[in-house]
Amino acid sequence: MATDPGRLPQVLILGPKQGLGRAFSAGFHFIKPWESTMPLNLFLAAHAAAVRAVISTALVAVDAPLIRALPSLGFVFTTSVGVDHIDLVECARRGIAVANAGAIFSRDVADYAVGLLVDVLLHVSASYRYVLRGLWPVAGDFPPRCKLGGKRVGIVGLGSIGSEIAKRLEAFGCSISYFSRNKKPLFPYTYFPTVGDLAAESDVLVIACALTEETHHIIDKDVMLALGKDGIIINVGRGPLVNEAELVKHLIQGKIGGAGLDVFEHEPAVPEELFRMDNVVLSSHQAVLTIESTNDLVELAMANLEAFFSNRPLLTPVHGTT
Amino acid sequence: MASLGVLLVVSVDSYLEAELDRRFNLFRLWESPPSRRREFLQANAPWIRAVVGSPNGCADAELIDQLPNLEIVANCGVGIDKVDLPLCRERGIRVVYTPDVVTDDTADLGIGLTIAALRRICDADRYTRDGSWKDKGNYKLTSKFSGKAVGILGLGRIGLAVAKRAQGFGCPICYCSRSEKPNTNYKYYPSVLDLAYNCHVLVAACPLTDETHHIINREVIEALGPKGVLVNIGRGSLVDEKELVSALLDGRLGAAGLDVFEHEPHVPEQLFGLENVVLVPHIGTDTVETTKAMSDLILDNLAAYMLNKPLLTPDIDKEYRRARLLAGWLSC
Repeated sequence: MATDPGRLPQVLILGPKQGLGRAFSAGFHFIKPWESTMPLNLFLAAHAAAVRAVISTALVAVDAPLIRALPSLGFVFTTSVGVDHIDLVECARRGIAVANAGAIFSRDVADYAVGLLVDVLLHVSASYRYVLRGLWPVAGDFPPRCKLGGKRVGIVGLGSIGSEIAKRLEAFGCSISYFSRNKKPLFPYTYFPTVGDLAAESDVLVIACALTEETHHIIDKDVMLALGKDGIIINVGRGPLVNEAELVKHLIQGKIGGAGLDVFEHEPAVPEELFRMDNVVLSSHQAVLTIESTNDLVELAMANLEAFFSNRPLLTPVHGTT
Repeated sequence: MASLGVLLVVSVDSYLEAELDRRFNLFRLWESPPSRRREFLQANAPWIRAVVGSPNGCADAELIDQLPNLEIVANCGVGIDKVDLPLCRERGIRVVYTPDVVTDDTADLGIGLTIAALRRICDADRYTRDGSWKDKGNYKLTSKFSGKAVGILGLGRIGLAVAKRAQGFGCPICYCSRSEKPNTNYKYYPSVLDLAYNCHVLVAACPLTDETHHIINREVIEALGPKGVLVNIGRGSLVDEKELVSALLDGRLGAAGLDVFEHEPHVPEQLFGLENVVLVPHIGTDTVETTKAMSDLILDNLAAYMLNKPLLTPDIDKEYRRARLLAGWLSC
């Protein structure tokens, strides 16, 4: 006999249907706002009291007002790795546990970061456009590029994603160094205590750290100057880690060699000056999005929910919230 | 001693050309219109003892026949399908090329094309540039690379370098080659068809010979399948291009990353705009550093030859003959 949905723990899903629509488990009742015609605020008001858990994406701010509107809320699962959209202080105050996507995306993000770097240095997208425009038979060979092997790669943030990036680029003959909040003695790479120092000794900077108050615009004008006019910046972290206006200016003025950007300060808006540049490769915040990881993510969300509701440790807790 | 007479068959990197001109007695074949080439060669043949060429043109039978004093051929590149090796062997003409210096760049591109094809990097770049992100929302889900089985056709220097990089992504490696390689743990398949059935990404990195012409045919492409990826960093004619185009249009092959084509610089236009296909104009070795390294190797080899000193690169014909003797190229 099927359980009355009203007697199951109520889990509110916030965010676009894409990806989350498949959330399913017989043990919970999923409240999906997109299945209702009510405006979101009225819909939430109608269901608020019963909601014990929320699944959200990085696009939805789980802020203090939302948290206060959900008096029974005990657990938040975000489908992202980043938690800058969640008011962790308010969660801590209310005793709300938070879990994120953990290392599920790390390899996919690392793959994409390497793909972007290879594309920028080897001119893959730029020479592809050259072929599509019919220029190869007419204008001859594409101009030569620089070698990837031997490049000094500086990784900003040697967490789960940064370390996967490092491992991959080592096999290409790149030398790896890093900046991180804390030195990581288990890794054989050279540590630099500031991003500026790292930039001065790097040909490429790969940004893979979390966005916090301290790391906002951590890649600023001074760092770009230290990196130099042949330097490349790859950003697979968060847009606001980089001072985007400064980066665009540096690219226009030839003070930076190129960039591979998956994230931007005001997504989905992308500075249009970048559209005309061949030394830049752009993507729409999709380093995490593979078919395989999305399936893994749904499983992880369900597993975390089950753990929470049976008082077991969460699989991917965000530190400081449980 | 008179300077070595060198025939430069095609236009090459400007540094190489300038140095050849400075250090040797240089004859530029392409400066003659095609109809006057026979005359040009006849007039200058007595002095021409060396030919320098590239994958765009080197020493075929017709040219060799017109150069009775030819002693050495230097190919700027590692693919030597434009050199008539048997004829050179018959005439005692030495053949040198540029191994090792091109290995890393070509392997880098092999992996770059693989990721670009699976993760749709070039199409995503287009999607972002043309404003689709704002209008249509997120780009679609793409296919993971890490951990997928990579099959390498040809485990020479370049194939090994591709394997090393793919292992950094946790990819299990298998290969098909003229002979099984004793010093690797990779799984060997004696036929390219078996290889295609057992991998997700097939990277073609072997030389083009009579035996390997169209070695990647319809059957192999279908064995790779609707989720499979073909990456070609070898030579265009390793692949039956017509079958490849048809399979990509029908969805019988999942994706492709191609640096080489059967009739360069012409690329099949039916492939233009397919989101699962990445097409680049034979850029595998086009780095500033490698181009200079290849040029220096050619120059140093010619200088050594002129002074009767040992050549810097192995005699390519000996390499090929030894490999063939060991295993033959039967079902591969």
